[in-house]
Amino acid sequence: MSESNVKPGTEKSGKEKYGEVAYYPGCALEGSGHAYNRSTKALGNALGLKIKEVENWNCCGAMEVKNIDPKIQTYLSSRVMSIAANKMNMDVVMAPCNGCYHNLKKAEYDLANDEKSAEVVDRLSKKAGHETYQAGQVETIHALDWVKETIGEDGLKERVKNSLKGIKIANYYGCMYTRPRHIFPEKDAGPGSESTSKPHFMDDLLDAAGAESVDFPLKTACCGGAHTLSDSDTSTRLVANILQTAEASGAEVIATECPTCHSGLEMHQIRAEKVLGIKTSVKIIYFTQLLGMAIGLKPKKVGLHENISDSFDFVKDKGLA
Amino acid sequence: MNPGPVRSVADIGLRLDQLIGKPPVMEDTAELLALGEEILEHWVAAKGKEPTQDQREGFRLLALHRQGADKDPSFNACRETCRELVYHYNLVTQQADHPEAGQRARMMAWVANHLYLFIAGKMETQQLGDFCCASKPLRERVDGEMPAQ
Repeated sequence: MSESNVKPGTEKSGKEKYGEVAYYPGCALEGSGHAYNRSTKALGNALGLKIKEVENWNCCGAMEVKNIDPKIQTYLSSRVMSIAANKMNMDVVMAPCNGCYHNLKKAEYDLANDEKSAEVVDRLSKKAGHETYQAGQVETIHALDWVKETIGEDGLKERVKNSLKGIKIANYYGCMYTRPRHIFPEKDAGPGSESTSKPHFMDDLLDAAGAESVDFPLKTACCGGAHTLSDSDTSTRLVANILQTAEASGAEVIATECPTCHSGLEMHQIRAEKVLGIKTSVKIIYFTQLLGMAIGLKPKKVGLHENISDSFDFVKDKGLA
Repeated sequence: MNPGPVRSVADIGLRLDQLIGKPPVMEDTAELLALGEEILEHWVAAKGKEPTQDQREGFRLLALHRQGADKDPSFNACRETCRELVYHYNLVTQQADHPEAGQRARMMAWVANHLYLFIAGKMETQQLGDFCCASKPLRERVDGEMPAQ
């Protein structure tokens, strides 16, 4: 991660920086993505990482608010960061959902670079009766950063009880984890940093747990997710191509790190068979579920039963249950 | 004057289906790249521009993508797909005797198909990808008011 504002000699290690974070689950993790919520908490707990849920958090503005008025979305995201910084005295907010992560990063960027956004946020914060968030008060990270920077590959290797050996995985990061690039200044920042064109943090972690990440060329490809209801056929065709490409690359599992991607892949896998006659059998499992099972957590503990697709037989065959 | 795209969008899709079904071999990579250029030509032409003959980083495909994304940041949703197409073309052609060359050609076909599906979808469904990757609002305020007074 970028340390450009840190005085030399005062840098904290990953575990010191991210060992205790403000946790922002966001709306999806309380609904369709509950398995991700459950598995993120269970994994963190098993790894000795502490989370404090952001008190009285609100929607990040998602896509709906951003469509109508991006500055209101900036305010909504800023309120979450303000609570973390000013009420909870936290330095880091961890958001496992790509949409939330993206929106908090976008708000951070806008507040630092757009005077009008800062004015709107200040006015609305005063009206709502809370302290105005100032750019730079917290650092927003993704769940991938959290595990990678605190435990890392070596730490995971030491903790693996049920190796993922023999499982071929296509890692699907979706679009909002890396785009647009300008809101992620810490990415593409040299050795060790995440890449926006070929992200690899999920590959690194799952490989450390014994899995074999395959060469998957559609890691950040569009799944038509935002149009999943308004134009389901377009989404189904794009998802079917992602699933077929994963299978063609030899993968048995697509690992996900976003609740919207995950539920989109699962739902359109079913729809692709019904509507397009395209049947795929690749399993869709959150990376937190895979890592959790690798370090010895039971499938139910990581919410495998909450996924739409049924992976129980698969994980049993692979010795993870 | 550039004659513009010759094959229809639907014909590009049919040809990609054929290539994926074969499955494709190393000799098909030039056609896969050309199919990627053709679908991009359709996108550029649909925006009322003449598809460029320029190259970026040695590839017309990348120049066409850049032209297609001009004033339309949502089109960057297929930026990495275009770069993967070029990457696979390079992999196959630069290491023709590699034991994975056939598999690489197959993966290139799936990538080309994704580019086709994205652009064909975007031409069918206005604003596909506009408000996720690009952080671009779908609707601009029209009443001139400041938000949430």
